[in-house]
Amino acid sequence: MIDKSVAKVEQALAGIEDGATILVGGFGAVGQPDLLIESLIDQGARDLTIVANNAGAGQVGLAKLMQAGRVRRIVCSFPRSAGSVVFEALFRAGKIELDIVPQGTLAERLRAAGAGIPAFFTPTAYGTRLARDKETREIGGRFYVLEYALPGDVALVEAWSADRWGNLTYQKSGRNFNAVMATAAKLTIAQAHHVVELGALDPETIVTPGIFVHRVLPLSARKELAA
Amino acid sequence: MSPPGWSRQEMAAKVAADIPEGWYVNLGIGIPTLVADAIPADREVVLHSENGLLGMGPAPAKGQEDPWLINAGKQHVTLHKGGAFFHHADSFAMIRGGHIDLCVLGAYEVARNGDLANWATSEADAAPAVGGAMDLAAGAKRIWVMTEHTTRDGTPKLVEACRYPLTALGVVTRIYTNFAVIDVTQHGFVLRNKHAGMAIADLKRLTGAPLHAGDAAHV
Repeated sequence: MIDKSVAKVEQALAGIEDGATILVGGFGAVGQPDLLIESLIDQGARDLTIVANNAGAGQVGLAKLMQAGRVRRIVCSFPRSAGSVVFEALFRAGKIELDIVPQGTLAERLRAAGAGIPAFFTPTAYGTRLARDKETREIGGRFYVLEYALPGDVALVEAWSADRWGNLTYQKSGRNFNAVMATAAKLTIAQAHHVVELGALDPETIVTPGIFVHRVLPLSARKELAA
Repeated sequence: MSPPGWSRQEMAAKVAADIPEGWYVNLGIGIPTLVADAIPADREVVLHSENGLLGMGPAPAKGQEDPWLINAGKQHVTLHKGGAFFHHADSFAMIRGGHIDLCVLGAYEVARNGDLANWATSEADAAPAVGGAMDLAAGAKRIWVMTEHTTRDGTPKLVEACRYPLTALGVVTRIYTNFAVIDVTQHGFVLRNKHAGMAIADLKRLTGAPLHAGDAAHV
């Protein structure tokens, strides 16, 4: 029997190594897998590269992991936002590397990684400082920038519903980067608001088929964490 | 007395009046978001948000916010009938793939050749943040800009060449300011119409590159 569900957060995060590249879903706070992110602190992995649209806010989730000194480098499109105080302090102190990537290029680099496409040409950022020193090409009279796929060792995503095969659905704008990142890592771990019986999800509504997902942690495990 | 000029709501109404029914439109963060409320109720314009929404509706009533439903500015929004959710790669496929009819963006500067600078104020900017600006600027079918005509200290924002870091090259085709509506053409800035209280000579003085008055001079 295939059963990707795990009962405890320790099982969900087992085997994540120092220096790993971790894709973190979410857009702002919506769809950000905070339980998995914060539990990385106890899990212990260090020297991490985080790929996420934003660089955390307040003192929770990504901000908490950064505050704990576990993040060496962050790849994101919009690190500056209301409450991104932890990131900004670390950045000013030179304690975190920042790699700014346009949001659509970030999404497509992840999609490419999951789809077996090593690189692609995009019109985005041509002629700007974010394309400085990058290979360019004229195709059909327009100029494009060569961008490479961005695979992760691990993806942490937040789903709405999941089953034991790892099929996932999302909630409204919580889909965002989660569905793309789920395809782009060697180990994809989903925290799910609801874990349902196999067959309970309508196949027409599954957004991430279980082939992309390796572990499913029900969010009810949060209570265990607190206990 | 404040100088003559349109309010931001009046600017938004001018933009909205120029958007035909059926267009798919992305509104940038800042002044452009005001356009949403200015679209006539009987005209179906479908709003896109980078974080995976088509058919975005207005802000919810207080107390009715759905924590799962935000826009690219991370504000709570609603979804119209016929709306759809999708992931980020699909969202930017819509943008770069030329499916978005119009994107309205704010700007630090627009050059007479349509170059846009709207994402970073200086090379020394401590922690830059680009978001989706470069994808939208490069990908949407049309880029219109909404901006004050000058900075607070009177420096023109419509210029010969941008000094701020560029967002995209040669993409802006129309600019709505508090003083005028201006097309960006192969001949540079061309006035479409202007605020009645603004003299052409003053408008030219406040514009950092030649402004061709054309037939709109009397408007």
